Amino acid sequence: MKTETTPGYAVEQATQVEGWNRPPVVHPDGEGELLEVSMGPHHPSTHGVFRMDVALDGERVVKLKPVFGYLHRNHEQIAESASYLAMMPYTDRLDYFCSLSNNWAYALAVEKLVGQAVPERAEYIRVILAEFTRVQNHASAIGFLIQEMGASGTPLMYAFREREKILDLFESLTGSRMMCNYMRFGGCRVDVTAAWLEAARKVAAGLPQFVDEFEALLTGNEILMARCQGVGVLKPELAVNAGITGPMLRASGVNYDIRKVDHYGIYDRFKFRVPLGDHGDIYDRYMVRVLEMRESIGILNQALKEIPAGPVMDPKAKIRGFKPKPGEVYGRIEAPKGELGFYLISTGGAEPYRYRVRPPSLINLTVLEDLCLGQNVADVILIFGSVDIVLGEVDR
Amino acid sequence: MKTVEEIKAAIEAAVPGAGVEILPNASPSAQHSLLVNPAHAIAIAKFLRDDAELALDFLSNVTGVDWLDKEIVEKVKVPRQVSKTVDGVEQIVEETVEETRKHVEPGYLEAVYHLFSMKKKHGPVVIRMRTANRTDKVELPSLTPVWRSGEFQEREVFDLYGIVFTGHPDLRRLLMWPEFKDHPMRKDYVEPDDFEYEPTAHDKVLERAKAHKDREQGTGNREQAGGTR
Amino acid sequence: MENELKIELGKQGVFVTTIEELYNWGRKSSVWPMQFGLACCAIEMIATTMARYDMARFGAEVFRPSPRQADLMIISGTVTKKMAPQVVRLYNQMAEPKYVIAMGACAISGGPFKQGYNVLKGIDRYIPVDVHIPGCPPRPEALLQAFMTLQKKIEAQSLTGEDRPRHLNAEASGEFPVPEQGEHDLEPPVNRLVWPLPAQVK
Repeated sequence: MKTETTPGYAVEQATQVEGWNRPPVVHPDGEGELLEVSMGPHHPSTHGVFRMDVALDGERVVKLKPVFGYLHRNHEQIAESASYLAMMPYTDRLDYFCSLSNNWAYALAVEKLVGQAVPERAEYIRVILAEFTRVQNHASAIGFLIQEMGASGTPLMYAFREREKILDLFESLTGSRMMCNYMRFGGCRVDVTAAWLEAARKVAAGLPQFVDEFEALLTGNEILMARCQGVGVLKPELAVNAGITGPMLRASGVNYDIRKVDHYGIYDRFKFRVPLGDHGDIYDRYMVRVLEMRESIGILNQALKEIPAGPVMDPKAKIRGFKPKPGEVYGRIEAPKGELGFYLISTGGAEPYRYRVRPPSLINLTVLEDLCLGQNVADVILIFGSVDIVLGEVDR
Repeated sequence: MKTVEEIKAAIEAAVPGAGVEILPNASPSAQHSLLVNPAHAIAIAKFLRDDAELALDFLSNVTGVDWLDKEIVEKVKVPRQVSKTVDGVEQIVEETVEETRKHVEPGYLEAVYHLFSMKKKHGPVVIRMRTANRTDKVELPSLTPVWRSGEFQEREVFDLYGIVFTGHPDLRRLLMWPEFKDHPMRKDYVEPDDFEYEPTAHDKVLERAKAHKDREQGTGNREQAGGTR
Repeated sequence: MENELKIELGKQGVFVTTIEELYNWGRKSSVWPMQFGLACCAIEMIATTMARYDMARFGAEVFRPSPRQADLMIISGTVTKKMAPQVVRLYNQMAEPKYVIAMGACAISGGPFKQGYNVLKGIDRYIPVDVHIPGCPPRPEALLQAFMTLQKKIEAQSLTGEDRPRHLNAEASGEFPVPEQGEHDLEPPVNRLVWPLPAQVK
């Protein structure tokens, strides 16, 4: 053991803090010094500007510190000098894969702050758009994960083919492919047409085939199983304590889906199951995402069938001169990546006094070091990819 | 789920001398919060997490809030003895005079924690802690040892607001670079002057533009004006 | 040589060209971008390379992870002050000839995040940009359009004379000073040699 030569990393005995314990670091047995690698912020893996300071013993990771802030765009500070409505387009740019879920989370928080009701048709539209967003997010997330495994291109091309179909729907409804800026406090900006609903039904009807195809390509794939099973295992106790949410939490076997817990919107009207993992490894996270896509398609079919006629905007909703009474609120939804929450403090002005985003991507990275310690350096990218983050939301 | 009053009573029964205060929330969301004495915060947090009925095992959100010094202007009616000439005779008369008094309520930094229970599927319970002032007494106990999910969020609050969380295992700046000195989310943060022209109707931007222009003309050197703060 | 004569010769089966044309044709037909995504626009950049928009038609599907192998840097997204030194450093590491496309409002000027304390108000404060694409984010078609614009620019470059490209000019340096991260801001906040003060419109 050569602990003396590497005092900095002489494998700090796991910080024994009550409540949570760092897993004891696998002590390097080999000869020689540790190799320090700065992975990022420009890194070949396709997640953007994220950096990990990694110390390696041969191939094995003995220390990993994430470094954030390379995409810190001052979202929260800008909110303090912008009106409530003006922040809606900014929420698109938080998690730029899922702009519509972000819209919904923000609209939900503000509606809770002022006690604003939402018409039924608008609720249905929100569910439809959020579930489409979930499908395309999970498809792309899996595509990127497999891409990082070395399958350069193919699964990602399949995912993006499907994503383009869904983005066409978004574009014809909201006017933009990615930055939809569609929801308003008390409803949605424009109504959907019958033709749009027909097109949406058609896309939704094609999705099961896509998932089948995706699964035939990947689920039983030997390389995928060899690389993913038993790698990056997250224990449920640690997951709960570290505030992990979304598919990553459910892959560890914790049954916590905010759609089921809070019944926000009209989710209690739909029949869907919450897929849970058994082992909490990368493969389970992959599998939970695939199953969630299938459940989302189920919700989509129900919502597209049942959507009622009516207004999409509450006629009493205030748009101009919107000034909530003093107070505060925390509103959250189950975004594709986890619990996306908005915490707003109003002091009675037209601008929020404090506007805080609870970013699931950032908090899901809390356990990144624990998952990676003792693994090979090539697995770090896989584990990181299986968390499914978007840097716009991590750094805000 | 228990109401805030019941939670307050439960905390005070479990942690002697806890001194929990309820801060009502007037908005329709009715998410009232509990103001916690920092000295007992760790004990209270452990109680909230481990109590069988509450079981708040999930710390969702940690927020920093900056409350500036508030100058409060009050009009107070004060009785005063005034000498007056009434009917040619000088008398001392009691009169109530209105006086404006100003006092400054010191500002503070606040950390807000939103707790949920994954076991019981309820929440949120909001607890808050306040620092003594905004300048030198900005320490608060870190709740990261109780809930790991505070690790990055408390680092972010430290970075952007300057609240020093004692007991945090790894308190460094999260978002800004390590050499950075300011705490940019504080309300009195002065941004570096890297203004450039933009067509806007935004008052605050126009003010900054004017300040930038004045500074530029003051030095008489455009090159330098771009390079100084 | 006159264009008509060239066409006429072509009809006779004689292919005539100049070294300059041939050289530029080769350069413009295989511009390899660097695999370098910053923010939202990077997703549209990825979408451009996928089957539907198929960047491969322009000889640019080979995204290189290393700056040493890349000809083109697509600044796809917001450049923050924390990231700016790395962007400039990556640009310096690229081999000549090298080109830059600033994709999206953020890369051009800071875009919607311009008022932020950590957002650089346009990457052209530190490095020269060849093509700007407005939009938030620009559609894949816009990126293709920018790409064709860049190809036209490469095609029109003359190899000799005063305005010859930088890699043929021994005196012109392709390296730009990397800003330092100071206590309050980047130092210097702008490289005046690259980005002279714009005229203030009132």
